[in-house]
Amino acid sequence: MGDLFVLAISCIFINNILLAQFLGNCPFLGTSKKMETAVGMSMAVVFVLVMAGIITWMVDTYLLKALDVEFLRTVSFILVIASLVQFVEMFLKKSIPGLYAGLGIFLPLITTNCAVMGVCLINIKEEYSFIEALVSSFSYALGFGLALILFAGVRERVILARVPKPLQDTSVGLMTAGLIALIFTVFRGMV
Amino acid sequence: MAQSLVKEFTKGLWTEIPLFRLVLGLCPALAVTKTCENGIGMGVATTFVLVFSNILVSMLRNIIPSKVRIACYIVIIATFVTIVEFMMQAYTYELFLKLGIFIPLIVVNCLVLGRAEAFAGKNTVLPSAMDGIGMGIGFTLALGSLGALRELIGAGTLTIWGGTPAFTIGHGYIPFQFMIEAPGAFVGLGMMLCLMNLISKK
Repeated sequence: MGDLFVLAISCIFINNILLAQFLGNCPFLGTSKKMETAVGMSMAVVFVLVMAGIITWMVDTYLLKALDVEFLRTVSFILVIASLVQFVEMFLKKSIPGLYAGLGIFLPLITTNCAVMGVCLINIKEEYSFIEALVSSFSYALGFGLALILFAGVRERVILARVPKPLQDTSVGLMTAGLIALIFTVFRGMV
Repeated sequence: MAQSLVKEFTKGLWTEIPLFRLVLGLCPALAVTKTCENGIGMGVATTFVLVFSNILVSMLRNIIPSKVRIACYIVIIATFVTIVEFMMQAYTYELFLKLGIFIPLIVVNCLVLGRAEAFAGKNTVLPSAMDGIGMGIGFTLALGSLGALRELIGAGTLTIWGGTPAFTIGHGYIPFQFMIEAPGAFVGLGMMLCLMNLISKK
């Protein structure tokens, strides 16, 4: 139990998926201009990442490793993620329209979010057990949400400031992200 | 005809250079550019995938039904990524280890899928190939220069190929390690974007 807690903490803070591992940076910059979109994206990522983490772990263990066709990992993982996203989208549209409207356009975008694929690959590379894979997927997703929402909060303020012209928009956004990443390096001593 | 081909090729080098103008493919750009060599290696791998997926997508564009096109594109891209993975494992093993999970992650690099969707799905084979080559070289240049900047400031060396530094700043230089740490990646890329905006405005 203690090990799992340490794993969760290190996935959320120390190896933060956005700021330390650099996965999922396109939506990080794309959806962080407004707090609303940042929250929507974070929720969608938590939802899909946990499911994708579990399913790809099972596919890898019971299908790819059992049949000795591990070279198909990239192709099969991306197919699993793409069809999962499609399935989740259809399911939510029918049964939980409120949540579907909340997540909106962010669901289909998740297919090409490298955070999802990246975490699935990390789970396999670190040879996590099923429970560990579940915990790490969930905590990485939480870390993604945490960093994205923090960043969106800062960015909403930066828009109000007077920024020199060449630095505007993405450029100053990246600098801000750098500062937040600097703050996150402080967590390194924790575990 | 020839003129438009040249145009497709050169637009990727400056006017639509992927990393700085389109701001696509950020994740590998930030993660692997600790040294110039890693940046170039990643760029070359992406170029390979980009060119061949562009060619195949444009060849199959009339056969693929538009409703399932994204899934088809991803399968095509994933196939070439697997090929690249094997080739790098065989011929450039050290680089393969350094780039780690970022090689399979070329699948979800939005640059590759973006070009397939925005260009190759609508154009014939030859322009698509030129577009892929141009964009690939532009991406490699961008990664290489970002890597060079970070490595020069952060470690005081410049490694272009083969693992040994081709250039070292003198002994008196104290490396500014911030640049090769995670935050330095964001700040470095932000500064390069700013520089691009400054140059292109004139």
